[in-house]
Amino acid sequence: MRRLIVIAHLTLHEALRRRVLLAALIGGAAFLALYAIGFHFIVRDLAHQTRITLLERRVALNGITLAGLFAVNLLTVMSAVLLPLDTLSGEIASGSIQTLAAKPMRRAEIVLGKWLAHVAVVLGYLAVMAGGVLLVARFTADFVPPAIADGLPLMAIEAVLLVSISIAGGTRLSTVTNGMAAFGLYGIAFVGNWVEQIGTFVNNAAARNVGTVASLIMPAEALWQRAAWFMQPAIMRDLHATPFSPVSVASPAMVWWAAGYAIVAVLLAVRGFQRRQL
Amino acid sequence: MNGLAVETHGLRKRFGATLAVADLSLSVRRGEVFGFLGPNGAGKTTSLKMLLGLVSPSAGRVSVLGARLGDREARARVGFLPEHFRFQDWLTGRELLRFHGRLFGIPAAELERRADRLLTRVDLADAAHRKLREYSKGMVQRIGLAQALINDPDLVFLDEPTSGLDPLGRRLVRDVIKELKARGTAVFLNSHLLGEVEATCDRVVFIQRGRTIREMALGTDAAVIEVELRLGPHDGATLAALARIAVAAPAPAADGRTVRLTVAGEDALSAIAPLLVERGVTLYEMRAGRPSLEALFLEIMGEGQRPG
Repeated sequence: MRRLIVIAHLTLHEALRRRVLLAALIGGAAFLALYAIGFHFIVRDLAHQTRITLLERRVALNGITLAGLFAVNLLTVMSAVLLPLDTLSGEIASGSIQTLAAKPMRRAEIVLGKWLAHVAVVLGYLAVMAGGVLLVARFTADFVPPAIADGLPLMAIEAVLLVSISIAGGTRLSTVTNGMAAFGLYGIAFVGNWVEQIGTFVNNAAARNVGTVASLIMPAEALWQRAAWFMQPAIMRDLHATPFSPVSVASPAMVWWAAGYAIVAVLLAVRGFQRRQL
Repeated sequence: MNGLAVETHGLRKRFGATLAVADLSLSVRRGEVFGFLGPNGAGKTTSLKMLLGLVSPSAGRVSVLGARLGDREARARVGFLPEHFRFQDWLTGRELLRFHGRLFGIPAAELERRADRLLTRVDLADAAHRKLREYSKGMVQRIGLAQALINDPDLVFLDEPTSGLDPLGRRLVRDVIKELKARGTAVFLNSHLLGEVEATCDRVVFIQRGRTIREMALGTDAAVIEVELRLGPHDGATLAALARIAVAAPAPAADGRTVRLTVAGEDALSAIAPLLVERGVTLYEMRAGRPSLEALFLEIMGEGQRPG
């Protein structure tokens, strides 16, 4: 366990030293600044409109907040895949893993140490970015979307799932192949989810099933849809008022499926690395 | 606990259709400096990786420091400097040693003491705070050597430790190996630089196509001696008598006077002159010398060997 912490510490240290975190934070800060400016002008505009009802104002603000969280979700998905992408495959390719693996520790400790560090970084990033969006809404328009305590954890599970897949792929695949595979999976989820939404909307059972299967193959996007579904009032859901008001929302079983998926990915990562010839 | 640092029997590794190591049997005694020789592609690095648990053997038995392969207590007493040495190049030299020391569970104060000592030993004390990416190839190799010694190991694997070094760096490595030997640390040296091996190793094993083909001790007692004789008129019976002393049959040169032969040691060498006197053959000149390891290497591997 102590060695697992040493590996996690080194991995965090690496993210700092290689200015990966700095780049992510600068990019994130730029996004939040733009978002805050946009939000400010929209709120000012809403204030000038006399004929708008309180409900309409609320729906508009909720929609803009969800748009911000949607962007945060995409940025987090990319970070979750890209940050750990070469943490194992890169070290295997360069051979620097050899001196680590020859140390008196289990290979599982190397994998879990790296996993832990990347989960911490990506969740930290999600917290800062989602927190930033929510603070902008709170201080610009005095608006807080509903049920964020239900929605944000789902985004966190999505991030952990993608980190786990990226690390598991890195035990077997080269960095580029792993990236293609991970984003390919996410692409299936993304497109599959929209097929499901449209299929539900036009009442096409086949299209809906395609979407469900896609979500089973990769539940990431279904988690975001469920998170968005939580973080808006019932009226928005019923009216499908924004693109973030899903017609078909993933069931709680899909959340369990995603959590199990992440655990299996971590176990496969450990097993893959244990069997890997270095 | 037996007296062997490394012992293998019939070690084999197959990668798909390729047989990287066919049948490796060797033993390294505790405290000795052991040279592992063979042409490129002979399976040296794969063998070494099997001994370190980086690659799993397809067959055969291995013990390292008396323990089975992968035993973590044994690995805590092993040091390793890989070939093509790469490290987290965003660390400083001192941070690298700290990091590797922590993985051995060395307490912080002790770790700092060892890091100081090793940084001085490999002549990097003044570069300890610089990042590895600013190091020259030779400096990286030397910090790698320090890394391999941070746990005060009983057994060190050095894979081509001098490949990136200038003559001064090579001498430093040679001196470190001698100090290790004096301390009782076994050194498993994989090197192409046969001069280095000759200067440092107690014993060597030659491998070819993943098989152990010859194991021999270096040093004064056991090494073979090459002899060149210039003789007066002599007959076939004299050559036959010389052949009985020699390990390699005498080769008469075209001039009919010069005979070259190889004998197993100084005892055999001292028997040559009396044998000739007894047979009434005049001995004009006798020159004896130890063959270089390079000559031995070429002889053992076969002259027809193509560069790997």
